[in-house]
Amino acid sequence: MTTTVLAAETIGNPVANIGIFSLFVVVTMFVVIRASKRNATADEFFTGGRGFSGPQNGIAIAGDYLSAASFLGIAGAIAVYGYDGFLYSIGFLVAWLVALLLVAELLRNTGKFTMADVLSFRLRQRPVRLAAATNTLTVSLFYLLAQMAGAGGLVALLLDIRSRTGQSVVIAVVGVLMIVYVLVGGMKGTTWVQIIKAVLLIVGAAVMTVMVLAKFGLNFSEILGSAQSAISGATTEGVAKRDVLAPGAQYGGTLTSQINFISLALALVLGTAGLPHVLMRFYTVPTAKEARRSVVWAIALIGAFYLFTLVLGYGAAALVGPDRILSAAGGVNSAAPLLAFQLGGVVLLGVISAVAFATILAVVAGLTITASASFAHDIYASVLKKGTVTEAEQVRVSRITAVVLGVFAIGLGILANGQNVAFLVALAFAVAAAANLPTIVFSLYWKRFNTRGALWSMYGGLISTIVLIVFSPAVSGAKTAMIPGADFAWFPLANPGIVSIPLAFILGIVGTLTSPDHGDPELNAEMEVRSLTGIGAEKAVAH
Amino acid sequence: MSETGLPSRPEANPELIPGERYLQVQASPEFQDLRNRLRRFVFPMTAVFLIWYTIYVLLGAFAHDFMATKVWGDVNVGLIIGLGQFLSTFLITGLYVRFANRNLDPRAGALRAELESEIR
Repeated sequence: MTTTVLAAETIGNPVANIGIFSLFVVVTMFVVIRASKRNATADEFFTGGRGFSGPQNGIAIAGDYLSAASFLGIAGAIAVYGYDGFLYSIGFLVAWLVALLLVAELLRNTGKFTMADVLSFRLRQRPVRLAAATNTLTVSLFYLLAQMAGAGGLVALLLDIRSRTGQSVVIAVVGVLMIVYVLVGGMKGTTWVQIIKAVLLIVGAAVMTVMVLAKFGLNFSEILGSAQSAISGATTEGVAKRDVLAPGAQYGGTLTSQINFISLALALVLGTAGLPHVLMRFYTVPTAKEARRSVVWAIALIGAFYLFTLVLGYGAAALVGPDRILSAAGGVNSAAPLLAFQLGGVVLLGVISAVAFATILAVVAGLTITASASFAHDIYASVLKKGTVTEAEQVRVSRITAVVLGVFAIGLGILANGQNVAFLVALAFAVAAAANLPTIVFSLYWKRFNTRGALWSMYGGLISTIVLIVFSPAVSGAKTAMIPGADFAWFPLANPGIVSIPLAFILGIVGTLTSPDHGDPELNAEMEVRSLTGIGAEKAVAH
Repeated sequence: MSETGLPSRPEANPELIPGERYLQVQASPEFQDLRNRLRRFVFPMTAVFLIWYTIYVLLGAFAHDFMATKVWGDVNVGLIIGLGQFLSTFLITGLYVRFANRNLDPRAGALRAELESEIR
């Protein structure tokens, strides 16, 4: 199974890859323009008129959630670390039960455009909105940066563009396309881009899975065996001794790395239901029942997809081999594209490459509309203008914000290109779990919860997570750190969730109980009655 | 109602329902029944899946040899428990949907209809 290590091989035909991706852009642009004839009101721009069905929204959620990191990243991690890559996908999936059982429906019933609508419902509007919007912008920015920086590596692998200038141009093109989707399409257009992308991604992964299974006579055990023997035969240093069928290849060894792994697992399972761009998707359906259906569809699709990646990851180890994966331009991320080329040649590779680009495009568009809606609706309209702003004005501000964010993301993406920013996605989940989820849960289920509790929990969760990550081995003091030359790390874990998440829950409780504020009983009653019955919930826009 | 008159207040109709009415509804046995049914389902179920997930994570972190025990060919305990997490997630999703459709939706719908009839 050992192949001679080639110096950063190029695979497939870059022209075919670009061609198929361009086709995707043309088709989605057409759909976006068609779907977005009416984008005048805030309801239409921010929520697509709340007119999507549960299944449509569920597919769009899957499109939003299955980022390039989870497609290329997880398949690649399974290919070279084996079981430890699989652990990620389980956390990402189980997390949806938090959203389904505790958050989705009540959120749909009480909110309008943003996460802050729910959090500030019965608390003091301006400080809570400001905190919620700060968290929304922070999480979205980390997530956005991770996606944009990842685009550089993908370009090198799939389009054979090696120069930094060339890669920067491609990152800029991705950013400009994203701005156009958001400006023209609003939430409705963005949702359609995600639906199309999700279908392509899941069908593409399913086809590859069937092809891998067919090669091994539908015997999963044989795939595992071949993967292990390919790994054992690897010539890359440190790979051959890995047991890829059991946990521990990546997170084994010391107690610190084991606790680090538990910390990551905690952030993954509690982060999803606090991701603002996921929460905002629940406003695109007409009722709480449709929100429930959308989560069910999302769970089914995401679960199926992660099962595919399990086969694809081990399949890539067995059929492509760890040496070729690790020496390819994108490193671990190249496992799925290399496997596609191995299985289906230039055409399949072109499709999978186009899907990977479409993934980055759709996810950044979803993040941008969430962040710009939060800025316009929460910070501009409520905090700065004290609620005197019309909804048309909010849409205008949101469009400007989207352009600014897009330009900002292009700049940061170009700067971060080639940097090790893989920890940013995990960081976004950690911030969402620590800074957002406690306040969401408390405000929906705990009557006594008040403004001080919310502010302590939100800012405490945000600040503790960021401070711990800055002084962790993810940023300095390790070979794999973002700044490998410096060492100012004193916190031993690259994943801060195990400290910051409990801390944020405790701060929410302590802050609440030390404040004499019992809130307005009528407002508390209104929120509870509305969240459970759906009375007064925002209706779909009639067409 | 909030003092700011923010656009977050839906313009539709709940404004027309006075605050005392929400307190009355909240205290009504029908609403308490709905609330208790919801909580009695989602809280224990959340505890169940979080504990099951925690067990899995702890095994993954500390019990490598146990997880590596071969069961069938190259399929080991770790893989089976991992796939078990997928299965339990799908199962709990199904149970919740059935529960919500049968027990929550009719009760929530009745309360909503009652309140909506008052503001027409």
